[in-house]
Amino acid sequence: MNTIFLLCVLLVLSAVGYRMGKASAVGRQNGGTVRLHSLPSYYGYYVALWCGLPALLLVVLWTASSDWIVKSLVVSALPDEIRALPADKLSLVVTDIRNIAAGNIASAAATPAVQAAVDTYLNLAGMARSAMWLVGLAAAMFGLLLARSHVAPSMRARNRVEGIIGAVLIVCSVIAVLTTVGIVLSLVFEAARFFVAIPAADFLFGLTWSPQTAIRADQVGSSGAFGAVPLFTGTLLIATISMLVAVPVGLMSAVYMADYAPARVRSIAKPLLEILAGIPTVVYGFFGALTVAPFVREAGALAGLEVASQSGLAAGLVMGIMIIPFVSSLSDDVINAVPQSMRDASYGLGATRSETIKKVVLPAALPGIAASVILAFSRALGETMIVVMAAGLAANLTANPLNAVTTVTVHIAALLVGDQEFDSPKTLSAFALGLVLFAVTLALNILAMRIVRKYREQYE
Amino acid sequence: MTDMSVPAAPASRHTGPEARLRLEKRYASERRFERYGMAALSFAIAALFLLLWTILSNGATAFFQTHIRLEVHFDPATIDPDGKRDPAAFRQANWAAVARAALQEKFPEVRGRLPLRQLDALLSDGAQIELLRMVSADPGLLGQRREVWLLTSSDVDMIQKGHSARDVPEASRRVNDAQLSWLDRLAAEGRLEKRFNTRFFTAADSRQPELVGVWGGVVGSFLTLGMTLLLAFPMGVAAAIYLEEYAPKNRFTDLIEVNINNLAAVPSIVYGLLGLAVFLQFFGMPRSAPIVGGVVLALMSLPIIIIASRAALRSVPPSIREAALGIGASKMQAIFHHILPLAMPGIMTGTIIALAHALGETAPLLMIGMVAFVVDIPAGPLSPSTVLPVQIFMWADNPERGFVEKTSAAIMTLLVFLLLMNAAAIWLRKKFERRW
Repeated sequence: MNTIFLLCVLLVLSAVGYRMGKASAVGRQNGGTVRLHSLPSYYGYYVALWCGLPALLLVVLWTASSDWIVKSLVVSALPDEIRALPADKLSLVVTDIRNIAAGNIASAAATPAVQAAVDTYLNLAGMARSAMWLVGLAAAMFGLLLARSHVAPSMRARNRVEGIIGAVLIVCSVIAVLTTVGIVLSLVFEAARFFVAIPAADFLFGLTWSPQTAIRADQVGSSGAFGAVPLFTGTLLIATISMLVAVPVGLMSAVYMADYAPARVRSIAKPLLEILAGIPTVVYGFFGALTVAPFVREAGALAGLEVASQSGLAAGLVMGIMIIPFVSSLSDDVINAVPQSMRDASYGLGATRSETIKKVVLPAALPGIAASVILAFSRALGETMIVVMAAGLAANLTANPLNAVTTVTVHIAALLVGDQEFDSPKTLSAFALGLVLFAVTLALNILAMRIVRKYREQYE
Repeated sequence: MTDMSVPAAPASRHTGPEARLRLEKRYASERRFERYGMAALSFAIAALFLLLWTILSNGATAFFQTHIRLEVHFDPATIDPDGKRDPAAFRQANWAAVARAALQEKFPEVRGRLPLRQLDALLSDGAQIELLRMVSADPGLLGQRREVWLLTSSDVDMIQKGHSARDVPEASRRVNDAQLSWLDRLAAEGRLEKRFNTRFFTAADSRQPELVGVWGGVVGSFLTLGMTLLLAFPMGVAAAIYLEEYAPKNRFTDLIEVNINNLAAVPSIVYGLLGLAVFLQFFGMPRSAPIVGGVVLALMSLPIIIIASRAALRSVPPSIREAALGIGASKMQAIFHHILPLAMPGIMTGTIIALAHALGETAPLLMIGMVAFVVDIPAGPLSPSTVLPVQIFMWADNPERGFVEKTSAAIMTLLVFLLLMNAAAIWLRKKFERRW
């Protein structure tokens, strides 16, 4: 709240800066005899940017770092016997200090030392808040006065403003790269910590997955098993089932809508498929758990088959339905990109529509269709909510779709929902799984983009 | 001329019975192919309708909740023994006893600990809160008798709505025979009624299905999406302008391009891992806060917004730019004064669609602790909260029968919001669509 208020004050100051800059530029014309280099408003923007931007950056940096600085100051002020505690105990004490300071319930009654630390904490936090105001306002005022002193009729205000805006544009487009860097770094760092405890080969090729690590060292079964193969096979199984549903249905719908359907049918069916694409995955998960999974189980029972209540088949079916519009809209684009002249040539030779599609259109569109199938597969691998709700947690190593299987994403979610400790292999294994998932989907996406790029020019 | 005999046509592959048979086969295969296409499309549409029907048929009843009309005696001896009429003392009062007394008055023949407890179980805990609220609003009720509609427990509600069967053996029912007979008596006297469930639209989460509401999730979603919009829209548009208008063709901008396309296809749960490791662990931001959820969803929607904005910028014809440059505008003036306003409808359509996508997103928010059980309406971007899809996930996970209908109703709420957003996008597109 405090920060938001400060940001509003900075905004107001910038607006004042704009007026001042504009007015002083016009004022220095000395009654219209000197020509300004730029439009008056650019002098205003110049002052406003100088007033607002540096102050904004300072405030953001301060907000990001002040908590950390206050924490280390509080810790260094703690008595030696508390500071000598192991890292996890110490962080518990720090959490307590914060909770007491915020007026919440702490895990232990406050000892005098902790009470003193709470006072220091409150003191420092208050100082940090005032310092933020001081620094922010000082920077804004300084920038405002400095920029205003620059204002002169001959100053190239427009060029300077455009330079600053150009830099902001570049920074914004670099954020996309930073996101990727952030993803890779966070996955790699945490996964590396996991691989210190569990060898990578055990993780990638082990056949049992039971990520239970004991809290005390003397507990039974404290080691846990982190062989991720059952998760990989489960993921592949469910994704494959979903592709078996989605590819034929999606592709045939796209073909039908492109070449057969009367305009009326198309105008109704297309929005319906778009609705199917817009339904959140959590809704599909609910549908799967409530309707499809019991249906599959009962159908199996009628056929005399034993079907698990959270079978891979049910999850795969629902996921397939989710991916149908994805496949159909991608293949629709590709099919429409095949030039009409090729179809006409085929019709001219006397081919029927289906022959034209099977022998001319689909082969011509094949690279694009392959790319869209790969993208759909990558999406099926990364889908989370459907499998969390419809597939369950049992890590069975099986190729039978009627058994309960689980996926990589289910376990990432299961391991990280709720409170975690960041030093147990159990939590860290989620990041190793995430790294595998990210690497595989990235490879598939790049492959799909390569295929599209390579064959795109053919008919243009 | 006339008597010249026509030479017999050479036997062609394209006539004769064999050819006709072949043609018949080709036409049959043509019809078959068309039918496959029709079947595929029908399957997809049937799946959509089955899904919607599941939600509707399960959730339609959630908007009405069974109530019992009872004559309640607001006994000052129980509610306000000190006689101070102090609102704080009202809170401490034994409201369960007040509700119980009203029930016992109706069924004086019920005796014994167990039957009394079963009688008690007809009413929800929410009935007590309702009574407290009535007296707090109007202390003059003390000492009076009033006919009041009181909320029933979820088990009773499920029986009344037909979601739980009455005709199964008593042991496998959550409402026993005695309770059923009491309900039948109440119904015969017209004291049992389904009344509109306002609580569902004003309350937040609860452990009891009859007391839950979606408002907490709606507010959380609103705060989160607001944060997303605030971050992703300006950054996305700025990045799109740079990449489309300024970026030189070199390896670095190529890298950015490939990057953005890849980011659009990264599984959403990976963004959750990023949020957990970077924002919660490294920067120490609060768990379960809409601000973190908003940042994560902003990073997720950024590539979608950039791609849509670039397409919109590209569709503005070069003549506009050239006209602006020709009369002396700088490049930036041409972009900000002429091209960007013309591209804005397209950019906004793309942004709304990206936000609709973010509104339905669940997985990344699970990672950053938005699965908390939050009974208060979130007050601001830093207070713990949950969002609508996560709320749906949590209710769907709950085994109690009463939550199925509430989950479906929450899904309907979510779908209505999505529909509104998509309708806005379509309206924008239709209204400002321009053919150059």
